[in-house]
Amino acid sequence: MTGINDNEAVDDLWDALDGTPGRPWLDDAVASVRKEPASIARHFPAAGRHTGRETLPAEPGWTADQAARAVLLDALLATPGGPDQVAELYRYGDSREKLAMLTAFSILPEAPDEQVVPILRDALRTNDTRLVAAALGPVADRLDDDAWRQGVLKCVFMGVPLAGIHGLHDRGDDGLALMLAGLAEERAAAGRDFPEDAAALLTDLRRDDRAGTGQERDAAPRPGDAG
Amino acid sequence: MRIFDPHIHMTSRTTDDYAAMAAAGVKAVVEPAFWLGQPRTGPGSFADYFDSLVGWEPYRAAQFGIAHHATIALNPKEANDPRCRAVLDLVPRYLAKDGVVAVGEIGYDSMTPEEDEAFTRQLAMAVEFGLPALVHTPHRDKARGTARSLDVVRESGIAPERVVIDHLNEVTVKQVKDAGCWAGFSIYPDTKMSPPRMVEILKDYGPERVLVNSAADWGKSDPLLTVRTAEAMREAGFTDDDVDLVLWRNPVAFYGQSGRLNLEDRQSAEGTFEGSSILRGGS
Repeated sequence: MTGINDNEAVDDLWDALDGTPGRPWLDDAVASVRKEPASIARHFPAAGRHTGRETLPAEPGWTADQAARAVLLDALLATPGGPDQVAELYRYGDSREKLAMLTAFSILPEAPDEQVVPILRDALRTNDTRLVAAALGPVADRLDDDAWRQGVLKCVFMGVPLAGIHGLHDRGDDGLALMLAGLAEERAAAGRDFPEDAAALLTDLRRDDRAGTGQERDAAPRPGDAG
Repeated sequence: MRIFDPHIHMTSRTTDDYAAMAAAGVKAVVEPAFWLGQPRTGPGSFADYFDSLVGWEPYRAAQFGIAHHATIALNPKEANDPRCRAVLDLVPRYLAKDGVVAVGEIGYDSMTPEEDEAFTRQLAMAVEFGLPALVHTPHRDKARGTARSLDVVRESGIAPERVVIDHLNEVTVKQVKDAGCWAGFSIYPDTKMSPPRMVEILKDYGPERVLVNSAADWGKSDPLLTVRTAEAMREAGFTDDDVDLVLWRNPVAFYGQSGRLNLEDRQSAEGTFEGSSILRGGS
């Protein structure tokens, strides 16, 4: 069986799940969702208990339950009215279900922005570092710049490693540099550490700036100034 | 010493409590859904509460190395408010979650017809979802409430060994043991049960099919009374193995019947100490 949205990334996950113990369950669950989309409320939370939660050797970026949930979400999106159920599925998800959805959105362009963007904003409001980090994966391309910068700054604040943030150096701009510098100054004033990856990012953004106009960023306080 | 508190309302407790519990050997907890002191007035408020029990609270517990599972139900007290009845339609959605290891707290508060209906319906859900049930016994009219709870359990068709009848005392323990259900005891600073009284009950009835909990919540309570009970058991001559049975292996066996108890991977599933928003101050 393959995905029905002509989605190669989903097809790859199907293939990676082939031969795993949970695959027969997943085939049945997908058939059930295609027939009765609302049944996803029951199948989606049960995925980990059937597929296990191990990393898939063929798709090292995915655990079996997350991959199965991505496949189920793909099936839901292909049903009439399915896209309208995405928000509710997320709203009633436990942390691991939410995490799976945030990850899956990155390979599901058919998930409509009007469903996905409010979910990303919801994830960024939480204090769960896993959800915040996942909302800043490739799916964060759907976020506006203000929300994205706040998300990155929140990662620095919470101590989430920045390496996992999609397109960080490409998307980082004057506005982000200004916010990072402000946090660095507060941390320095308090005698607290500023994460090394954030300091390196700030340095990079300023270096980029020297090649540009630099008006805005020159006004920003620099972490070294206070310490 | 390893401690599993099978009934504690961590939502009402602070990070100081988590730190003290972890230091004293508490490695796992089950948080039953109950009321919050302030009565709720609608299902939305319950949905957010249930979300917390399968979302934020396990995450918070994991920061202290404690595995957190939950039980979900409309509690008997609030089952009496018609504005909250629709919660019964929400409960199945949460019973499907990985971290939910029983239906509860169900049972009686004032033994009203509304409580009867919520109790019966939710025992049927326990059977449907293959989950054990946690039954709260009333604080007033307890002996008759316990007897009536056992009748309802019998009529539901759920196996007695999949049911714990909680908040028992010297007067109510025998009928529960005779019925084949698990006997739950909530150790409180002044009221329900104390460590010395608990030890006497364990001497009389043995350490099998007994769950000892702190039931700590927003009221005057102490999350370390499980530990104090373990100490009292040892002082009274119980072996380390008896203590481990009552305070670890028994709750593992009871909630393990759900097939969802996950004590090894739970912490890594919920995040690690590094990068914790709690230990670092939050946002």
